[in-house]
This record gives sequence, C-alpha cells and structure tokens, in this order.
Amino acid sequence: MANQSPANATVHPSEAEGVAREPLVLNQRSLGWITDRICGIVENRQPLIWWVLFVPSVIGFLCLVFSLVYLVSTGVGVWGMNHPVAWGWDIVNFVFWIGIGHAGTLISAILFLTRQKWRTSVNRASEAMTLFAVMCAGIFPGFHVGRFWMVWFLAPIPNANGIWQNFKSPLLWDVFAVSTYFTVSVIFWYIGLIPDLATLRDRGKGLAKKLYGFFALGWRGGNRQWRHYEMAYLILAAISTPLVLSVHSVVSFDFATSVVPGWHTTIFPPYFVAGAIFGGFAMVLTLMLPVRKLYGLEDLITAKHIDNMAKIILLTGTIVGYAYIMELFISYYSANAFETDAFHMRILSGPYTWAYYCMFFANVIAPQVFWFKWSRHNLWMVFVVVNIVNAGMWFERFVIIPTSLARDFLPGQWGYYSASWVEKLLFTGSFGMFMMLFLLFLRFLPVIAISEVKGVLPASDPHYPEWKHLRDKRRNKAK
Amino acid sequence: MSNPSSSASELFGYVAEFGSATDLYHAAEKVRDAGFRRWDVHTPYPVHGMDHAMGLGKSWLSAIVLCGGITGSLTALVLQFFTQVALYPTVVQDKPTNLFTIPAFFPVTFELTILLSAFATVLGLFAIIMLPRWNHPLFNSPLFSKFSNDGFLLVIEARDPKFKKEKTKELLADIGAGKIEEVNY
Repeated sequence: MANQSPANATVHPSEAEGVAREPLVLNQRSLGWITDRICGIVENRQPLIWWVLFVPSVIGFLCLVFSLVYLVSTGVGVWGMNHPVAWGWDIVNFVFWIGIGHAGTLISAILFLTRQKWRTSVNRASEAMTLFAVMCAGIFPGFHVGRFWMVWFLAPIPNANGIWQNFKSPLLWDVFAVSTYFTVSVIFWYIGLIPDLATLRDRGKGLAKKLYGFFALGWRGGNRQWRHYEMAYLILAAISTPLVLSVHSVVSFDFATSVVPGWHTTIFPPYFVAGAIFGGFAMVLTLMLPVRKLYGLEDLITAKHIDNMAKIILLTGTIVGYAYIMELFISYYSANAFETDAFHMRILSGPYTWAYYCMFFANVIAPQVFWFKWSRHNLWMVFVVVNIVNAGMWFERFVIIPTSLARDFLPGQWGYYSASWVEKLLFTGSFGMFMMLFLLFLRFLPVIAISEVKGVLPASDPHYPEWKHLRDKRRNKAK
Repeated sequence: MSNPSSSASELFGYVAEFGSATDLYHAAEKVRDAGFRRWDVHTPYPVHGMDHAMGLGKSWLSAIVLCGGITGSLTALVLQFFTQVALYPTVVQDKPTNLFTIPAFFPVTFELTILLSAFATVLGLFAIIMLPRWNHPLFNSPLFSKFSNDGFLLVIEARDPKFKKEKTKELLADIGAGKIEEVNY
C-alpha cells in the first residue's frame, strides 16, 4: 500500500488503505436481483403472517378510534388525570412516539451526511416508521388540549377574538417543531421514493402501473435529473440533521423551562435527544428483524447492519445512563431541598420507585450486553434486548412526567396517578395504528430504497474495473 | 432544427444500451467530446462522477433553497414581532415582550427556516427537472423502461443540432452501444 501514489485518484479509498470491508450486499447480487427481490414483496401475495398481524392491528386501530370517540363525546374526565397530575399517559405517549421517530431521521439524514453507506438498506423503512410514529404522537397532544375541535387555535391564524399565540411558550415551539418535523420527514421520504416508484411503474400492469406512475411523476432517471435530485437529497439531509436535534430538544423544553422539581434540568435537551435515538433504533430493529426474515432480505440487511445498530443502541443507552446518574448527582450537589427530595422520592421513598428501576434496568443495564459480539450476532438476543429497551423508554417518560407532578412543592398537593382504562385502550390502539400503517407500507411500497442500494454495490462505481484490478493484484501478492 | 409538432412518425432520438456503468461513463465522455447538447444518460441510480463525464456543472438548486430559508427566517421574525410586540403582547410570569425577547423567538424562527427550505427544495427540484411530466416520448420505447431496473442507457435527441440520422447511429455503435433503438414521438 505504501507504493501507491496519492495522484492515482481512481483507487477506491478503502482499497488504497488495504482495508477489507465487509460487503454491504452479500452474495454479489446483481442489479436485477435487487429489483426483483424488493419489488417482489409488493407484487406477490403477502405471507400468511402478514394477515395474522394485520387483523389485530386493525382491531387495535378501531380501539383507538373508539377510545377517542368516547373521550370526545364524554369529556376529558374519562382519563385518569386530575389535580395534581395533569400530564399523564397522554404526554408520556406523545414523547414516547415522537422519540421513536428520531431514529428514522438519524438514519436518513445524519448517517447520509457522515457517508455511512450501510444506511441504504434500512433508511426507507426507518423513515416510514418515523412518519407513522409522529402520526401516533400527534394524536395525544391533539386530544390532550381537551377540545379537539379547537386545536386550530394553536396555529397563528387571525381570528375573531383578536387573540394571538404566546410565542414565548415552549408549548407553542413544540407545535412548530413537531409539525415542521412531520412535514420535512414526509418530503424527504417522498423524494427518496420517486425513483423506486418509477421502478414499480415500469414493472407494473394495469391499475398498479397507473397509480405508481402517477406518484412517480414521470421520473426518467436521466443524469440531468439525478444531479439535481442528489443535491435535493443532500440539502434535505443537511436541514433534517439540525431539525431532528431541535425537535426533541424543544420537546424537552416543555419540561425543562418549568419550575417543577425533576423537570427543571439543563441536561434535558441532549439527554432527550440521545434517548430518542436510543429508543428509535430499538424500534427500527424490532420492525426490521422480522421483516428481514419474512421477506428473505438477509443479503440486503446483513449481520453488519444489525451489528452497527446494536452498537448505536449501546452508545446512546450509555449516554442515557450517564444522564440518569448525572441528574441524581446534580440534585444532590445543588443542595436544593425540593430538588433533592424529588430525586430521593424518585429512587428511594416515593410511590413510583418501581418505575424508576424498570427504566434503569431496561435502558442502562440491558443494552450493556451489546458489548459482546456474540450477543450482537444472536438475533433472538438482539430482539429481546431491543424490546426491553422499547419498554424502558416508555418508563423513562413515565418516570419524568407524572411522577414529578405527583410530588411537587407542597405535601398537601401530593397525589397518586394511575391511568384509566380509556388511556390504556388509547395507548394500545396507537400501537395498532402504528402496526397497521407499517404493514400497509410493506404491502404497497418498496421497503428498501432500491436505487440507493444499487448505488452502493462495488460494481456501480464507474471506476470499479480500475480499482478492482489493483485490489486483485495486491491480494494475489499477499498470498 | 426539427419542428416540435408531434406527428406520429417523427423521430425523437436514439436510445442506446450499454453494458455497465463503466461503459456508459466512457461513452458519455465521448458524446460530450463530440459536442452534443441535447442528450442524457439514464441509469437505475445516480452514477458517481457522471456529471463530469457529461460536462455538467454543480447543481444550482442550493441557491433556491437559500432563498427559501431566508424567507422562512424573515417570515417567522415578522410574525412573532408583529403579533407579540405590536398586536397582542402577552405578559406571562412577568416576562417582557419587546425587542429583547428575541431568544424566545429563536425556536420558531429556526423551525420555519427549515420548513421553508424544505418547501423550496422540493418545489425547486421539480421546477428544475421539470416534473411532474407523465407523458414523454421516451416512454414509447420498450428498451427505455430498463433504466429503472438494470439498464445503462444513453439517449441522443433528434433536436440536437449535431444530430444526423445515420452518423449518430454509427457514433453510438462505435462507442460501444449494444442495442440501439429509434424512438418516435
């Protein structure tokens, strides 16, 4: 490797350094194979298990509709919230779902900017997951306002009362952050889909051809289109990166800018963002492990992909663990009686300590197993751990939100909150809606970004023969 | 120059298929050097370095996005100052509402900057690459539909000033095209 001159720019960088990288697509699959395999999922009949999952998901979705109708027709009293806990499962679930969305944007935007080519196999499904998670998230604050039909008051629209929103309130920032996040995620997802919709159009017949053709907008894959398309993709990645970091920061401001002990913490924005990515990757793996097995995508979503995602879970889980411990330390170090008591009750004497230990085990202890390579390569192990993390991230939001409210400054105001059956049904229903949308996505849209995966094959590089020749020569010499 | 009236038999151009991204890349360099202007390569994925091989510069979409972003920032600042300071000053927790409230206006300004940048990106992209356009002469070509699977195609339009019916076909064959197909309007 030392004798290669730097002027020889056609040598692929990884080859020039003599690093043998694991291929991103196994078994040297061809372009046509990739098209057939991914489009086949959409074009062929779904396996039985799809229906086995779809029917309960629809029932879950109907439960969601029922609980919302019941809520609106009866009144917010059907939820278990009351003084002093006015933010209960609804806000917990909102933060839970919005956090899940973050992994999709991390994969599609941040990993794109950092040139992590392995993202191409998982970005489409993760972005879909983002959209569906944000839809689920949006339901909760929407109905939390009490009168759902007045939600439009959140938008700065001139109205007969002459009232304007308070732009100094983090709650309004949240409205802008979440709605911008959803809109930009839809745009990013759709722009990525256009070339693949054209592929489905060119393979399809009849109505499918017309529908895919309509949404493909007449894409022709010319380089005079691709070069602007690539710039658009780059720009969307570049603006989504600060956006995704801002969204969960703004969500954390809802709490951090208040004076409630347990909420009033400067560590919240980075801690929330790390937690969101952590929980989001857990959900990506929860969805992708079965999808990969079910549709025979092992050559595209390889052990390397799962290994990488498990490592990100380990990293962000450890950051979250650091934040938990730092919160405790600062509450002690602050010497503020309310702060110290809030955390004392959180971990030792309060009514919700069980939730704290569930959270701590699931988010900090359980992912530590990913230090070991065997665990990252054992799919059952990964699946079990990521589901523990999913539950743990829900507990994290529960620990932060209702338990802080249940014990604030005056003991006379203390209370205990538990969710009513309506809240529980609504939360279950949101999972039904999420799964229903994801299954429909699997049925109708390409689950893997076809054109992007094609672009990361070694042979896709026009200079491949040149550096392949050099690589083979060096490998033969090494032998 | 051909006239743009679309009679059924008028030639749109040639679609030529190449074996690989590498072949197409080198073919594009030769077509570029031959001085053609109305031509394009159609590939299943964006081929790295093809802009250079075709003699194309950097995309100027980013300029449109910059305008979108600036519009977003200004819209947000005007919206917030106008409603909070002039129209409806809300004093919550004794916090003032004046020119120095700007840190509190930052999150919404940021979000609207991003939002309008994203709109500018998608609308600017569609304007530049002229989509949606559901009907195009190239869709008449059976060979052309391979581009979205595994075809590496080069299209030279008859509208190009250098286009000659026989000579261009010979050129395409010389630079290594496999199948060559005539496409009519």
